[in-house]
Amino acid sequence: MDLNILWFILITVLFVGFFFLEGFDFGVGILLPFLGKNDKERRIIINTIGPHWDGNEVWLITAGGAMFAAFPNWYATLFSGFFLALFLVLVAVIIRGVAFEFRSSDSSPRWRGTWDWMIFTGSFLSALLWGVAMTNLLRGVPIDAKMHYVGTFFDLLSPYAIVGGLATLFVFIFHGALYLSLKTTGEMAERASKAAQSTGLLAILVILLLAGLTYLQTDLFLSHGAGITLIASGVALILANVLIRFRKVGWAFVTNGLTILLFTVSLFWGIFPRVMVSSLNAEWSLNIYNASSSPYTLKIMTIIALTMVPIVLLYQGWTYWVFRKRVTEKDLHY
Amino acid sequence: MMETWYVRTGNETYKKMTKFWGKLFLINFALGVVTGIVQEFQFGMNWSEYSRFVGDIFGAPLAVEALVAFFLESTFLGVWVFGWDRLPKKVHLLSIWLVAISSNLSALWILIANSFMQEPVGYILRNGRAEMTDFLALITNPHVFYQFPHTVLSGFVTAAFFVMGISAFHLLKKNHLDVFRRSFHIAVIFGLISAFGVAGVGHLQGMHLVQAQPMKMAAAEAHWETENPAGLLLYASIDEQGQKNNSELKIPALLSFLSYNSFTGEVKGIHELQAAAVKQYGPGNYVPPVTSLFWSFRIMLTAGVWLLLIALVGLYFYKTNRLEQKAWFLKIVLWTIPVPYIANTTGWYLAEVGRQPWIVYGLQKVEAGVSSSVSAVSMLIALVGFTLIYAALALAGVYLFIKVIKKGPEEASPEETLKSRIKGASLWT
Ligand code: HDD
Ligand code: HEM
Ligand code: HEM
Repeated sequence: MDLNILWFILITVLFVGFFFLEGFDFGVGILLPFLGKNDKERRIIINTIGPHWDGNEVWLITAGGAMFAAFPNWYATLFSGFFLALFLVLVAVIIRGVAFEFRSSDSSPRWRGTWDWMIFTGSFLSALLWGVAMTNLLRGVPIDAKMHYVGTFFDLLSPYAIVGGLATLFVFIFHGALYLSLKTTGEMAERASKAAQSTGLLAILVILLLAGLTYLQTDLFLSHGAGITLIASGVALILANVLIRFRKVGWAFVTNGLTILLFTVSLFWGIFPRVMVSSLNAEWSLNIYNASSSPYTLKIMTIIALTMVPIVLLYQGWTYWVFRKRVTEKDLHY
Repeated sequence: MMETWYVRTGNETYKKMTKFWGKLFLINFALGVVTGIVQEFQFGMNWSEYSRFVGDIFGAPLAVEALVAFFLESTFLGVWVFGWDRLPKKVHLLSIWLVAISSNLSALWILIANSFMQEPVGYILRNGRAEMTDFLALITNPHVFYQFPHTVLSGFVTAAFFVMGISAFHLLKKNHLDVFRRSFHIAVIFGLISAFGVAGVGHLQGMHLVQAQPMKMAAAEAHWETENPAGLLLYASIDEQGQKNNSELKIPALLSFLSYNSFTGEVKGIHELQAAAVKQYGPGNYVPPVTSLFWSFRIMLTAGVWLLLIALVGLYFYKTNRLEQKAWFLKIVLWTIPVPYIANTTGWYLAEVGRQPWIVYGLQKVEAGVSSSVSAVSMLIALVGFTLIYAALALAGVYLFIKVIKKGPEEASPEETLKSRIKGASLWT
């Protein structure tokens, strides 16, 4: 297989990993103020993702690094074009990341309240903005012949992109609720499962809307593979909703993970072999060839990636094994 | 190291030490993680033309850094923080060692990237950009051999003096003497070795730079005219417009010595280098800001000497069991905490600003690297935004530091643990 295609797939995989893993982190962060009635409960909620969120975020960092290394023009056009949007993403990442580590270091309610609020805001913004960014990638943005983005920040906020943002928002909240009911016990797990039932329905609604708009506004369905994958992701979402009603929490979580996986794959499949679609002129789109690094760099990076990725997967998997137990009040003292 | 001692000796004091310093480490770590992500993104956001130009080369070490180091670091830090009760002691210990190793790996890869900007190697100019031709040359860039040890050792120095300073504070207050005596002991030895290393490597690095980036060193020395042997300026009143020094205090031949380890040897001056650069690259000003480079270099050097002295005296007092009587000395140690930070900042200032006007030395100028599609307003919004957020976080971080430091290590008495459990005040401990 040609290395350009391989790297496109690898970047897709990294985004799948990021959305799958960080997806429930975002969801848990957003649910924090709603499900955590008091400080102790909020601590339990945060501790369900405590050992993992940083490792999960590295999937994004790696995706960024991989883009930079394999497709420098993609990296450059995307990051400079989406400048203010990414600025907001970074603000969200910063306040959220710091809040996780800082909140517990002081016990005054005001201090904790402030950081809890930041966890919520950071998670909410991220979940929303990633959907906006992804749908813009799919629909295309104004890019000129020299690979420069020539639109403004507000061009990124089309109704279609906003529906995309809401879609990731609700899918992630649903994902987070499922994760919580899987990782906690008693009344908390019960509450999380209720939250999953209601947010799951909302997620279905938005995803349906998004699929319809995608049909009207983009060329995704021209690629049969991408179209079928998108529909399959909707089906998985519905299935997850059914499963949670039958109290199959674990299966619901896995199935909704599948939703996220298929959804992400479908977006990337939909743009392939382009990486940035130009809405001005199809000729000006960036693709996996005109945006890529030299064959030599791709070869070197392939060797490194193929050795490292399996190792990373092994030890990240191991940490989920170590922390597989549900988090209860007894686990609060570390 | 402290945890290693704990696991090997079973002495609870070391566990207390580990937890106390670990808590401070975590506060720092949180800030490191989030600012690091900003760094990675900002190349594309602010410097997209630069990214297009060197992405073929520069992206690789960044991607490798994420794959090799960040995953390891963040995953095992999570294991370490949350694994005190769930893992066998040895596995838990292994996880913090993995964190330590991977943060050094991370520094290695990022500095490989930075070294390419300082001293491009293993590339060819093709298709309007720099393309990689030799990965091995990239990672064995001679610049890395100086920059990596210098930077990592300066990190060690910073950490050592941080631990020494805080320990001194508690020794002054006579809190937890056992914990802080041992902490001081470990830190002072570690600091002494690292401070020697930093200064030594720094000297070698300077020698290398006289060859590799003569303009940077000439500017850092306010060395306008070529001389043989060349003298070292201790003080200079610099006139940048007139391109001369109005008054100076010079030690003869020392600059030649620092450059070549011999008291003779020609050190080229700024005027000659500027003329040569114009010949090579076309008209333009190739002189970086001399005054600020001159003084930042001096500040770093003074810091280096000062830290060595403090570490030597500290070890002497410790070994002769007089440390706790020397209140004046402990106070100095406490107030030395900022010194390594200042040295780090001035060092980076020297390395980065001394490279001006180049973003990639000899290949691309800074103006050519900026994102052309980002408006000045957007950049300003982001700049002000990040500055405000960083300032707020810095304040919160310092507040927490002070709080944790004042409180000192947790007493592991049963009632306390019980009380904090009941209150739900679950600190990381
Ligand atoms: C000499 C040390 C050093 C230097 C010069 C840099 N870093 Fe760094 N970086 C670290 C040493 C380090 C570290 C100590 O290893 C950190 C702090 C917290 C962490 O996870 O690793 C880190 C974190 C860190 C992270 C977050 C990793 C995570 O989530 O675990 C990113 C993305 C970067 N860095 C990227 C950069 C970039 C793009 C830099 C240059 C422009 C840079 N760093 C300079
Ligand atoms: C803590 C460490 C660092 C400090 C304090 C620092 C400081 C600076 C300074 C003062 C400039 C010059 C800005 C200008 O005059 O235009 C600069 C530029 C830059 N530095 Fe750093 N730097 C640091 C680390 C790094 C590292 C490790 C890298 C590489 C990975 C890096 C990459 C850059 C780039 C790409 C620019 C922009 C181009 C330029 O202006 O030269 N910096 N930095
Ligand atoms: C007397 C001792 C020292 C000497 C001779 C020395 C020399 C140097 C030189 C020549 C550079 C420029 C490297 C470049 O432009 O690429 C440099 C950079 C730097 N120095 Fe020092 N230094 C000394 C002490 C220190 C101390 C005590 C610290 C911090 C604790 C420190 C931290 C740094 C840092 C962070 C950099 C920038 C990174 C780099 O380029 O390596 N230095 N030093």
